Amino acid sequence: MSRSVIFKFRLYVADDALNSAQAKANLMALCRTHLAGRYEVDLVDVFKEPKRALMDGIFMTPTLIRIEPSPVRRIVGTLSQSDVVLRALDVDSDPP
Amino acid sequence: MKPPQPPPSLATPHKAPTGISGFDAIAGGGLPRGRTTLLVGGPGSGKTVFALQFLVHGVQHCKEPGIFVALEETSQCILANADSFGWNITPAQRKKLFFLDAQPQPDLIQSGDFDLCGMLAGLEAQALATGARRIVFDALDILLALLPDAAAQRREIYRLHAWLLSRELTAIITLKADTDDTHTISQQPFGFMQFMVDCAVILNHGVLLGVSQRSLRVQKYRGSSFDENESPFLIGNSGFEIAGARTLDSVDTQVTTERVSSGVERLDTMLGGGYYRGASVLVTGFSGTAKTTLSGAFVQAACQRGERTLFVSFDSEGGEVIRNLASVGIRLERYVKNGVLRMASARTITGSAETYLVRIKALAREHRARCVVIDPVSTWSKSGADTSAHSVAERLIDWSKADGTTLLCTRLLDEMSSPAEGSSPLQISAQVDTWIHLNYLVQAGERNRGLSIIKSRGTAHSNQVRELILSDSGVTLADIFTAGGEVLMGTLRWEKERAERVATEAAEVAGKLKRVRLDAEEAELEVRVKSLQTELVAKQIEKALLLSSSKSRAGDESRDRTRLEELRGADATPPGKNGSAT
Repeated sequence: MSRSVIFKFRLYVADDALNSAQAKANLMALCRTHLAGRYEVDLVDVFKEPKRALMDGIFMTPTLIRIEPSPVRRIVGTLSQSDVVLRALDVDSDPP
Repeated sequence: MKPPQPPPSLATPHKAPTGISGFDAIAGGGLPRGRTTLLVGGPGSGKTVFALQFLVHGVQHCKEPGIFVALEETSQCILANADSFGWNITPAQRKKLFFLDAQPQPDLIQSGDFDLCGMLAGLEAQALATGARRIVFDALDILLALLPDAAAQRREIYRLHAWLLSRELTAIITLKADTDDTHTISQQPFGFMQFMVDCAVILNHGVLLGVSQRSLRVQKYRGSSFDENESPFLIGNSGFEIAGARTLDSVDTQVTTERVSSGVERLDTMLGGGYYRGASVLVTGFSGTAKTTLSGAFVQAACQRGERTLFVSFDSEGGEVIRNLASVGIRLERYVKNGVLRMASARTITGSAETYLVRIKALAREHRARCVVIDPVSTWSKSGADTSAHSVAERLIDWSKADGTTLLCTRLLDEMSSPAEGSSPLQISAQVDTWIHLNYLVQAGERNRGLSIIKSRGTAHSNQVRELILSDSGVTLADIFTAGGEVLMGTLRWEKERAERVATEAAEVAGKLKRVRLDAEEAELEVRVKSLQTELVAKQIEKALLLSSSKSRAGDESRDRTRLEELRGADATPPGKNGSAT
């Protein structure tokens, strides 16, 4: 995948629940490591925007949605297994 | 999600009615309001239908909007299935039913632990917006299966349960299980849910001797009494139909002393006026003992009174029954034509005894029947378990009584079984009000039909066996003869009758003859009396004449003597010497 592609993520979290916090931290670490300067993260709290979560079909938290590049990908969980996450998001595992 | 607050009020003695016929009776009014009910069942056991019917009833009759969380099927599929039940959900009602498609996407990728806060947050917003009071999680196991370990599953179940309680939602959670064995279920990963929830209902769908049998059992119900037994049910045209037992506190039905004719005049007399209205009548007998004919006579009488009647035949087609009955002078075509009589052939219905019962009930309701004939009811014992057929027959009688329907069932007895009781598994004879037994008597080269009333509650009934005679003018009963300890029927009875008739005639003739002879003798005597009287009178006259003539002669003589003396100029002489003087 081209290095110039911007990754847009949306992360649904449940307030400050432990696994949500973990997911947030894991995502940030991953982005800084592999996608420095070409990522956007939209953080949505399901308790603050429940309707939005419902419309997006979010039943489990945390849920990460890769909006761009298409196709849309969803990953559920704390994003702790970085190999799985990177493969799922089509992010090159080699650092730049 | 924040740690759930302690539930504001757990004291909800009220029940949320499900609208499922029979279930509310079993569960004492419905599901526990504001609590969670677990619905466990195997594939195709009707979990989704039950849950959906609960929601639809809430919207249609209880002003309780509902949420359906579809974890397995899509909401389109579920709604399409719901349409087939004819619940007539109006668009306004449809708006109060919220369907959440929460099927896990097949491309979903998991990485690490997660929880259900997202769904609960969304549902909470939805529940607040619509004021939902009822919620269904259909196939929660699908969602739970995504969780990495048992501990996480347990945590999410408790989270969900706590959330439901804190929002005071009346909830149904359905779970898959392949068995009704409580022990086995509790060994399954989600088995502990049974201990957590306030009410657990187990749906069972099994095949017994090739016949599908469904049953429902309330396994637990905190804070409420309930019917603990398995109740058979089926999924009919309008959803669940549970054959619930009547509870003790159910209102007794109106009992009437009105009589309805059995269609056979002498049988009415034997029964003291006919069957009671709303009674259950059982006609037992071997093949060909005219059970159907007796039912036909009853149907004809009912139709003549203009009462709507349902005739369910398990033996033959409706048309065949009508044709066959016409041969004994029972004509039913016109009643079928004017709609009073409905013939139903149940040969085509396959399934368990439950199915039969529900179909018959539906037909009777549809036809608004006041009299129902089932010919023969013994077919039921062939399909599926004997015990279930037995309870079905019981409930059939119970239903007909509650409805005030006069029910006539025939029961085919096995040729091998004892003629009095019959070892048929369908021991409904204890419950019926009137039991008529038809029998054969093979004697002198013929087979004749005998009818006797084994019992008839509340009626002084004849203890006599009668001979049942079928002719092209109808059904009649005749007295039988007992001669020398033997019962005579048919030709022998006819011969006996003829012999008696001849004897009576001879006696009559002899009597007449004797009377005539006596008349003659009397007349003769009278004549003799008359002639003697005449003779007597003659004699008396003669005697009187004699007397008067002798008197006159004496007079003459004295006169003559006086004259003579005068002539002789004689002195007075003694009268004795007159004669000698001449």
